[in-house]
Amino acid sequence: MKQFLTFVRKEFYHVFRDKKTLLMLFGLPIVQIVLFGFALTNEIKNSKIVICDYAKDEATQQIINKIEASQNFDIQKTLFSHRQIEEAFKAGNIKLAIIFPANFNNDLSHLHQAQVQIIADASDPNTANTLTNYATAIIMDYQQELMKNNVVPFRIVPEIRMLYNPELKGATNFVPGVMALVLMLVCVMMTSVSIVREKENGTMEVLLVSPFNPFLVIIAKAIPYLLLSIVNLSVILILSVTLLDMPINGSISLLFAESILLIITALSLGLLISNVAQSQQAAMLISLMGMLVPTMLFTGFMFPIENMPVPLQVICNIIPAKWYYTIVKSIMIKGLGFSAIWKETLVLFGMTVFLLVVSFKKFKTRLV
Amino acid sequence: MADVELHNIVKTYNKGEVKAVNDVSFSVNEGELFGLIGADGAGKTSIFRILTTLLLPDSGNASVSGFDVIKDYKNIRSSVGYMPGKFSLYQDLSVEENLNFFASVFNTSVKENYDLIKDIYVQIEPFKDRRAGKLSGGMKQKLALCCALIHRPKVLFLDEPTTGVDTVSRKEFWEMLKRLKQQGITILVSTPYMDEATLCERIALIQNGKILSIDTPDEIVKQFPENLFAVKANDMSKLLNDLRKNNEIKTCNAFGEFHHITFQNDNENSHNELIHILQKANHQNIELKHITPSIEDCFIKLMN
Repeated sequence: MKQFLTFVRKEFYHVFRDKKTLLMLFGLPIVQIVLFGFALTNEIKNSKIVICDYAKDEATQQIINKIEASQNFDIQKTLFSHRQIEEAFKAGNIKLAIIFPANFNNDLSHLHQAQVQIIADASDPNTANTLTNYATAIIMDYQQELMKNNVVPFRIVPEIRMLYNPELKGATNFVPGVMALVLMLVCVMMTSVSIVREKENGTMEVLLVSPFNPFLVIIAKAIPYLLLSIVNLSVILILSVTLLDMPINGSISLLFAESILLIITALSLGLLISNVAQSQQAAMLISLMGMLVPTMLFTGFMFPIENMPVPLQVICNIIPAKWYYTIVKSIMIKGLGFSAIWKETLVLFGMTVFLLVVSFKKFKTRLV
Repeated sequence: MADVELHNIVKTYNKGEVKAVNDVSFSVNEGELFGLIGADGAGKTSIFRILTTLLLPDSGNASVSGFDVIKDYKNIRSSVGYMPGKFSLYQDLSVEENLNFFASVFNTSVKENYDLIKDIYVQIEPFKDRRAGKLSGGMKQKLALCCALIHRPKVLFLDEPTTGVDTVSRKEFWEMLKRLKQQGITILVSTPYMDEATLCERIALIQNGKILSIDTPDEIVKQFPENLFAVKANDMSKLLNDLRKNNEIKTCNAFGEFHHITFQNDNENSHNELIHILQKANHQNIELKHITPSIEDCFIKLMN
């Protein structure tokens, strides 16, 4: 046992003395969260709009208040004439204009129908589309509130309900993805590189010619990375809750337990790679190509798996991160318990056992 | 009793294309300082790795301290000390951390066997907080030796311990080995330096995976079949050419300050004749003397 602890301590020395790697280990999740959270999102925030209100009545005022409260819009000015609208667009940076005709409230309450015009700058069609959707949603929302008070029998309003993510927040989708990505990357790459480094430096040669059990070498190596990954995981969770307003609806301990399962899967995968790779570069490349790309593509957080052709969907099933992604989404966003995710957990567990058995079998107790 | 034994060991690489070790047999007695002498690529490291159970031989059998290298590899691993040719300690750990680490890997402590490494360790102790990667070549080797000795091994395998080390450190290193021998440790050491051969009790000369000769250094020198002469003149490169063209000269090899030669017909006449010929060829300050062959002379002789 003392042997083992010395070994673990030695691994910690390696990790903490290699400043560059350490920086990467802790910088990577932060950068990814910030990048995905703010830069790479398809949500549009604070777009500048103008409003031209001829009615100036109760109804329009309430709608404008709703628009103002929305994070997506930032009302630049209130115009008095629609002639000014084009000028505002030409002056740039106005993305959308909303025009309420006179007698808006009157029409609405007596004719049960009122019109509102939304003009978008469609030079960027995607943005225009998204923004008009946002605006329509807000107006619809107001309509529904009216419905509650007045009994209006003949109006058919399409009901749009966004399950779990009513505000269509991007963060809910990618945080579990980033968690899977970071854990896979850190654990797989770090273990494989650190074992191959022992081979490259020749220290494995000395370690093999000792009474030390080679399997313990591997386990001792995995421990620092296991702990580091848990720290990383906590950092990601704290960042996503504080910075991205991400909910954690389910049990945190269940979330950590499932994450540790993925970490062990990743560690055994790293071990397997280290058996094959002859140099640190090779180990790094294999882990990057073998982990980063499939995790990004086949997990479902960038491209929906349902849209993929069948062969690719099959490939998705052998990516551990895909199962983990489903598990994390269920726990964090839907707030489900273990009974809802035991199947995914079992699959992940099976993968872990398989990888561990293969990598221990393949582990060489001699050179070459 | 033999502590290390090899019988007809063969080791090939690249599916038999490269024969690294070709039918090698020798044995090292208990408490002996045995040298494996050969150029780079002669197969020394392969032999060491087979004996330390790191490689499996293609055929033949070998044993260390009575344990078979294939079947009882675990027993061998816990009882031998091994220092690979390449510096193989943790560069980012300090001298002291390395030593402590290897002590605990072998289930012992530095304190327990301090007397064995004391002589060596005191020389690097002033640098005990320095990272191993920042040590000089000689220091590194001393630290590696300390780490290989820390569990008081019965047999010590040192693969080219003095390669890349300065002359003074090399001398010190061999003195340390002699002191270790007195402690009863069997030492198998390899080196490409012929001058170090005489420091071993017995040596095996190895070339292209084959053993050329195994004996004490003195015996190997005695077995040199001819009289050996050293020649010197002002223009050494012209001298070498002239000597090689001369039919009376059997062998001629450049050896630093002198060329070492042997004669086809070794007698007083041929010696005088040679000097005469060389004088005619405008060589100045010609010197010819009879010398005792070195291990290197023997090695070259055996190689041809």
